[in-house]
Amino acid sequence: MAGLNKSEFTNPVVNWIDTRLPIFTMMQTEYGTFPTPRNFNYFWNFGALAMVTMMIMIATGIFLAMNYQPNAELAFGSIQHIMRDVNYGWLLRYVHQNGASMFFIVTYIHIFRGMYYGSYKSPRELLWMIGVVILLIMMATAFMGYVLPWGQMSYWGATVITNLFSAFPIVGQPIVTWLWGGFSVDNATLNRFFSLHYLLPFVLVGVVFLHIAALHVVGSNNPLGIDVKSPQDTVPFHPYYTVKDSVGLCVFFIVYAVLVFFAPNFLGDANNFIPANPLQTPADIVPEWYFLPYYAILRSVPNKLLGVCMMFGSILILFVLPWLDTSRVRSARFRPIYRQIIWVWVVAVIALGVCGAHKPEGIWVVISRVATLYYFLHFLVILPILGKLERPLPLPESISRPVIGGGGPMPSGATAKPMEKA
Amino acid sequence: MMRGVSQLLTMALIAVATAAPANAQDAPTAPAQRWSFDGPFGSFDLAAAQRGFQVYSEVCAVCHAMQYLHYRDLAGVGLNEEQIKAIAAAVTVPQGLNDQGEPKEGPGTPASQFRSPFPNDQAKRAAHNGALPPDLSLIVNAREGHADYLYALLTSFADAPPGMQMQDGMNYNKFFPGHQIAMPPPLQDGRVTYADGTPATVEQMAHDVVTFLTWAANPEMVERKQIGWRWVLFFLIMTGLTYAVKRKVWSDVH
Repeated sequence: MAGLNKSEFTNPVVNWIDTRLPIFTMMQTEYGTFPTPRNFNYFWNFGALAMVTMMIMIATGIFLAMNYQPNAELAFGSIQHIMRDVNYGWLLRYVHQNGASMFFIVTYIHIFRGMYYGSYKSPRELLWMIGVVILLIMMATAFMGYVLPWGQMSYWGATVITNLFSAFPIVGQPIVTWLWGGFSVDNATLNRFFSLHYLLPFVLVGVVFLHIAALHVVGSNNPLGIDVKSPQDTVPFHPYYTVKDSVGLCVFFIVYAVLVFFAPNFLGDANNFIPANPLQTPADIVPEWYFLPYYAILRSVPNKLLGVCMMFGSILILFVLPWLDTSRVRSARFRPIYRQIIWVWVVAVIALGVCGAHKPEGIWVVISRVATLYYFLHFLVILPILGKLERPLPLPESISRPVIGGGGPMPSGATAKPMEKA
Repeated sequence: MMRGVSQLLTMALIAVATAAPANAQDAPTAPAQRWSFDGPFGSFDLAAAQRGFQVYSEVCAVCHAMQYLHYRDLAGVGLNEEQIKAIAAAVTVPQGLNDQGEPKEGPGTPASQFRSPFPNDQAKRAAHNGALPPDLSLIVNAREGHADYLYALLTSFADAPPGMQMQDGMNYNKFFPGHQIAMPPPLQDGRVTYADGTPATVEQMAHDVVTFLTWAANPEMVERKQIGWRWVLFFLIMTGLTYAVKRKVWSDVH
């Protein structure tokens, strides 16, 4: 027979609820006293920042949907209605539009953090793979969201990207027709993209919950990449990391605000202020900046099917990264060669992004091919071999004694500090 | 060594990336003008925007619609209610159907959409030798180069260089992609008479109408920047405070 939960909360209402449904105890355990490595740097802000951005996107999106018309005849005009006539509609829309960019910025930094400090390695492989699923859902959601304003770039971007599936033999064209709900990108496409754009964020919330649940089983990695060995290595999540995340959040809000208030269309495309016109193709069809590296990979390959496969492969390869990297040392700090070549990989990704923004002509083709090649070499050749050849630096004994042989004992009072507020 | 290589690579990339991308249609980049709305503190020169509205009404509106604007919006360029009512009443706008089911027209009100010179796109094309005069509500945002480009376009009509084959009814403009534009030169010195006595040169009219069109495309701009400053200042202070709290909380760990 199940009994009541023993609650430590003294407030009678909280206690009454908590004995029957221990959500307060759960929050206290997972976000209050949760033991967290004491040595995080500010790179560890970005998960929380992504979480906040996701909530902002959902909140603004719900209000935008109240005023938006998912209809090919009305969509473009309804955006102008939001921008001009809805109270603070321009604010909602610019926060949402630039929120997509901020979401990708913080997520890409979050992913890089994982790669630099080896957060994907055992026992966090599944945590990492759930993260890749999150990235894929984000990308699908962002792509469909960009279609909704029904400008020229919305329309032609949707046409180009959905047409990628036609590269697959036999099933390709039927898949494209099925995606479109017709024989071209049209009202049916816009309607279903709106429906899915509203659905997927809630799927995302579910997968993010799994991501955090998995994190709270294996615990966080840390800049040294070594396991937590004793309570001295950790501090309670609150107040130590709630306050540290808050510092990052304030800075994040400043960067976000500069985009929203002073350059709201800086990352956008002028063509998307022209209503969708199926009879007129823009001179350049370019995706949003966060898709440019994949777009460059796609266009660097002369064969369409191979290009599509490599484009999807460039993300899917992340699923097996935990097994491609054969080094048992997590943090790049103790991997003298890895900590150099990871930056070459970053340069290759940025190069791909720049190439994606230019027409595939002349030097851009050459650069994008070299960078694509390096992107895959990094994962498929360099990482597996490097793990065997590289001689890692000696690892510290523990997080609280980072310098081997030197340094006095760390003050141990931190973990004993009582919670100031639940 | 590797770090040196990656730094070199980065520098090379930045150099290549910042080089102006070659435009397939070889239109030159429009020279930057000084605008009242430039920069994080910029706001609209309302006198210029009002003169620009006059240029739009008397010149551009013969062919170009601005379907996303209503006469009430003109409060944003500093016109008062009486002025807006008078402007709206002076135009004839469609007012749905009459009791016999026939299209009805009547004087506009502040709630009316800007009057469109043509009922639909086919009528526009029929009247312009097949060319479609674009709606101007968002034109500043919808063109690369924005206000500078429009100013350059409006002030750079000229005779075609010798040897260039112009199509029938097209006009030469070096800033237009492809250099052949269906729009004839819209502005000539003295085309409008400004009530405030400003000399109506082509440059002045272009400057004014581009100011008006920039407002029309971004009517929220001034309020947006004002809120932006408050937001940024607030979070600068919050960053300082939060960092101080963080230092205090962490003092027993470090």
